Formats: sequence, C-alpha cells, structure tokens
Amino acid sequence: MSMNRREFLQVMAVAAAGGMSLHSEFAMAEKGAAKLYDLPKFGNVSLLHITDCHAQLQPIYFREPSVNLGFGDQFGKVPHLVGANLLKHFGFKPNSIEAHAYTYLNFEKAAETYGKVGGFAHLATLVKRMKATRPGALLLDGGDTWQGSGTALWTNAQDMVDACKALGVNVMTLHWESTYGEERVKEIEEKDFAGQIDIVAQNVKTTDFGDAVFKPFVMKNMNGVPVAIIGQAFPYTPIANPRWQTPNWSFGIQEENMQKTVDEARAKGAQVVVVLSHNGMDVDLKMASRVKGIDAIMGGHTHDGMPAPVIVKNAGGQTLVTNAGSNGKYLGVLDFDVKNGKIAGYRYKLLPVFANLLPADKDMQALIDKARAPYLDKLNEKLAVTEGTLYRRGNFNGTFDQVIVDALMQVKDAEIAFSPGFRWGTSLLPGQPILMEHVLDQTAITYPWTTVSNMSGEMIKTILEDVCDNLFNPDPYYQQGGDMVRVGGLQYTCDPTAKAGQRIQNMMLRGQLIDPAKNYRVAGWAPVSEEAKNSGEPIWEVVARYLRDVKTLKPVTLNMPKLKGAENNPGIAL
Amino acid sequence: MNNQRRKVLKTGTGAAVLGALAAAGLITPGMALADWNKAAFEAKSMADTLKALGAVQPADSKDVQVTGPDIAENGAVVPVGVTSAIAGTTMLAILIDKNPNALAASFTLPAGTEANVQTRVKMGQTSNVYALVKAGDKFYMATKEIKVTLGGCGG
Repeated sequence: MSMNRREFLQVMAVAAAGGMSLHSEFAMAEKGAAKLYDLPKFGNVSLLHITDCHAQLQPIYFREPSVNLGFGDQFGKVPHLVGANLLKHFGFKPNSIEAHAYTYLNFEKAAETYGKVGGFAHLATLVKRMKATRPGALLLDGGDTWQGSGTALWTNAQDMVDACKALGVNVMTLHWESTYGEERVKEIEEKDFAGQIDIVAQNVKTTDFGDAVFKPFVMKNMNGVPVAIIGQAFPYTPIANPRWQTPNWSFGIQEENMQKTVDEARAKGAQVVVVLSHNGMDVDLKMASRVKGIDAIMGGHTHDGMPAPVIVKNAGGQTLVTNAGSNGKYLGVLDFDVKNGKIAGYRYKLLPVFANLLPADKDMQALIDKARAPYLDKLNEKLAVTEGTLYRRGNFNGTFDQVIVDALMQVKDAEIAFSPGFRWGTSLLPGQPILMEHVLDQTAITYPWTTVSNMSGEMIKTILEDVCDNLFNPDPYYQQGGDMVRVGGLQYTCDPTAKAGQRIQNMMLRGQLIDPAKNYRVAGWAPVSEEAKNSGEPIWEVVARYLRDVKTLKPVTLNMPKLKGAENNPGIAL
Repeated sequence: MNNQRRKVLKTGTGAAVLGALAAAGLITPGMALADWNKAAFEAKSMADTLKALGAVQPADSKDVQVTGPDIAENGAVVPVGVTSAIAGTTMLAILIDKNPNALAASFTLPAGTEANVQTRVKMGQTSNVYALVKAGDKFYMATKEIKVTLGGCGG
C-alpha cells in the first residue's frame, strides 16, 4: 500500500460511504480505534512488553500460522491452536479485527482492509499513550530485536539499538542479539545502553567458572512497589546458532538457578516478580509449573501472539504466562494492582499495532528514515512481482521458504535443498513487488553462507530426525522453539507422535525411495559450524538472482510432508 | 562476576595456587589412580559396568541427583554433576548408556567428604546419564536424559 495514512483514510471513508462491506469493516475499526486502544488504567504496576520484532522498523504484513501443532500434554492447548480454533478459545468473532490480528484467517482480504501492522513509529505512539495513563510503567523487550533486516545487519545492530533507546525500552533479554558476537553485545550493554537499558539473563554464565555474564535481574520501584524483572535468555543459543559467536558463554534453562534468583529477589523485598523470557511458550509453561514465586512470565521466541495469559498453578500459587508474537505486531500490557505488598488483581491485553489506526510518531519516524537513508537504493531494488501470498510461519513450510529452496536447487544445481525453520520473516500480498528488502527480511543473519554438499541418504534422515525432535520432543525442555527444516525436492512422511528417530518415514526423491547408502547433492544455508564460515555466497544473493530471472513469481506449491496423527489436531488447518 | 578471582588466575598465579594445594596435601599425584577399576572402565554396556562395580540392581533414589544440561551445548565437553544426600556415601560414578564404554567417571570419597562432584564428559549421541552412588554396601541410582543434537535451525 503506497498511500499515506491520510489518503488511505479518505479512500476508506469514500469506500465505506459506498457501502462496500470490506471497507465498512475498516471504517468501523477506525471508529473503534479509540476503543481498541483505550485501555483504562488499572492498579499501580504496569509492564509493557514487546518481543521478537526482528528488526522490523517499518510497518509490514505478517500472516499468523495455519500449522502450529501440539501433541501429548500440549495437544489442543494454548499456543497450539490456529484459525477458528483460536478464535473460539479466546472468544473472538470471525471476520473481526481481532480475528485478523491473531489468526491467518482470510489473510489477504483482511490485510488489504486493515493495512500493515507494526512499525516502530506507530508502536512509539502506542507506547506513549500507555505510558501517559500508567505513570512509571516499564517497557520490556524480550529480545530478537537486533536481527532480521538488512539495515540491522549492515549497521551491526546500531539502527535497532538507537530505535530501542528512543522507544524507551527499560529492560531487555537476548537471543539473536548474541549472533553479533560476545564483544558487540557487551559493547552495546556497556556503552549505548549504560544508564538506560539493562540487559538481564540469569541463565548466561561464563564457560570457565560459571560467572554471571549479565545481571540476573533488576529491581525497579514503581509507584512505591518494588518490582523484580528477571532475565531468561534463549537457553539454546549456542546450539541453534553458531557456537563460535559466543564461545565463552554457556546458556541452558537453569531451572534451579531461576528458583534461587526468584528467592533472592523476594528476599530483597520484591512484591512483584516478573520473568522476561526468551524460552519459548511451551518451555515457559513447564517452567511456570515447577518454579515457585513468579507472578508472570512474559515470553517470546515461539512468536505466539496469544491474546490472554495462561494461568499456571504451582506449589507457590499461580504464574501468568504470556507470549507477545513477533515482527512488531503487538504490544503486551500487563497491569497489577498491588495492595499491602500483595497482588490483588491483574489485567492483561495484547494490543495489535495497526499502522493505519495509530499515527506515526514524528521523532521516531525521523530516526528510522535517517537510519535507512544510506541503504534505500539497495533495499528498494525490485526483484520480481509475486502473484501469490508469500509468508514463512508454519511448522513445516511457508511459501517464502518454498521460494528459497526452489532458488537454492536451481541456482546451485542441487537435487535437494534445506532451509532453516526460522519463525521470523514478513509476508507479502498478491501483486506486491518483491524488493531486496523483503528477501533480506527472510535471510539477514550474520552467518548467511550457502553450502552445497554430497550427503548420504542416511545423513539426510539423521538431520530431519534431529530437527524434528527439536520441534516435537514431548518434553518442552528438550525443544528448541524453531520450526521444521524446510525441504525442497525431497518428499517425506512425518509422524510427530512417533519416538525420536522414527518420525521421518518414506523419504522419496523423484518417485524413488531415498537410498541410505547413496549420496545426494544437497544445498543449504546458515551453517552453524565454524568450518563452514564463508563457505558460499550469502543466501540473499542466490534468492535475488533467482527472482530477477523469474520476474513474475507464480503462486508456489508448498512441499509439505504427509502428516500422520495430525488429522483432528486443533493446531492445523489445511 | 568475581573479577578478583579472574585477575588472580589471569596473572598466572593460578599455577601457584594449584601448587600450594598440592603442597598442602589436598591434591596428591596419583590420587585418581588409587582405586582404578580397570574392568569397570573397559566394560561396554551398562549391565556389564554395573556388574564390574559390584552394583547389582541399584535402587532408584530421590536422594541422588544428576545435574547437567537438557541439551548439550557441545557433546565433547558436557558438564555433569552428581550429588548424594545419603549418609555414608563413599563412591559416586557417572554412567552414560549410549557411550562406547558406559562408565565415564568414578569418584572415591574419603570419610567426611561432601558427596558433590562436577566433571565434564564426552557424549556422541543423546543418552540417559546415570549417577551411581555407593553408601555402606548398598548402591543407589538416579538418571537424566541429555540430548546431543546437530544444532542449527533455531527460531
């Protein structure tokens, strides 16, 4: 949408007067915008929460998943609900603005109606409004903030660091931030953030003596109430991302140390204890059931935009678990009413950030424009036009990933291609141009190299099984929170409920069963081993070359595994 | 962060500290070899190892704890710890089911020692890790699964 907000609203008003139902929905939303964002003040302790924006400074489209499966204890439970099942669980009407905000339903039409989401300038306006009614409110950033765009990569995260300071972030924790390397993270903490933003992580220690690398928690006084914010960085950073980027830091869930940290915060007088977490929602839910004394875990990582908290009972009482989605699409607002040292009540709302319903904050927009200015030529290169919707999110594949594996197979002359199961990456609507910026939104990482290798059928199976267990291990503590590796060329059957090592079945290539002993030419990207540094050109070069050649991208056919045991799962809609 | 300790070690006095410990008789050369059970360390399977240690049918005990990561950051050096709250614990051992030789470490404790050890073990694949404890003439056991993964592909 190239119209500015004023033009857009004028067109909408005319369209609404013409009685077009699609547009009248927006007109209603526009009238209701005040109501949507009019959240009356409650209590005396307020926490504003953003997470996993993946460096999206500008408004974007983002399609929520239609496949987010849960099995065993997680079957049919939040966050493993998609589409109509999610609406029903949270009590939203179909075709409402909320239905668009929290689900993939009717995505293309609703995205055209309601427009783009997120953008730091629009988010800044919302943050200011919330802070105006909530004196002393803290803004928490759950991490995955510095990575996910061309400009974040090219400025070595500086654009995001500056934007977060301007947004008024008070406390943050980490995941992808660490892929800029230990030194860069500490430099930002000690210089840019000094006196303004605290990085907290109780579960990051040095590999030699187990010393804390960051503050485990910070105490903040809010309207006379001592509030502890404990950090929980992504536990599997050196496994899911390259070890060589954080060679001296050890992570892990560190449940016992979490309990000690909670106890220490309580002993120091904290009346409210909140964990700012990058565990992923399933891990947070398990942790909440086992650690006592946490009032709320405000989480991210798994990109689950959940409109209401899950209340978890434990030996110490109860813990609220929230998750605030991704890509700058939402602002979580948690209010506590603390009386006589005890929490007497709470309210939570996950506010969607609709760019057309929240005017851009001028100062923030100026900062963003300045940061982007040197790179506009590169970002705006038009590579192709897409005829279908492009998105990434989903347990097994997304159309944008399909484009990536198609590009890898063609450009690298490979029979099979792998692309990591990342959950970040923005969406494009049919008819939109695919700009270099959009390709970078899917690929901008500090280890973007492509690889081509001869891999045995047995090794291919081992890799698929390994990643599948990271997604479907029945115990959340053994999951890593990404999605299944995307696969081009190869077809397979997946039984998520089978035991580790037995989930991947019937692997086929061009109608033939994969031979465990035979070698296949496999292309991939984002290698984590140090030996693979600079192995091949960055993935965005490969995808860009492919798209320039294609010019008009027809709707792609998703290569999806045949699923077993998922027929009646409320976490899938096909 | 304990910066003073870091400085002491960085300036090279670390070796001197170790020397002092040895001089004080706290660490004696060959101490680890005193009770070397060759048969146990060379046994392949869990069952053979237990047999070589004389630990037939150890009882599961909540007083024994294995600590370690849920997923190893590096299979070559996995930090594993064992603690025992059972009075009179004289031996702690770490067994890894899927390793070529199940017994990874064995510690003999002099009387009055707190039964709490930490070491690093090598693991080639996901496995159950067992802590075996001897107190009096009885054996006790606890277990934890530690996953070893190829890495990559995280959200």
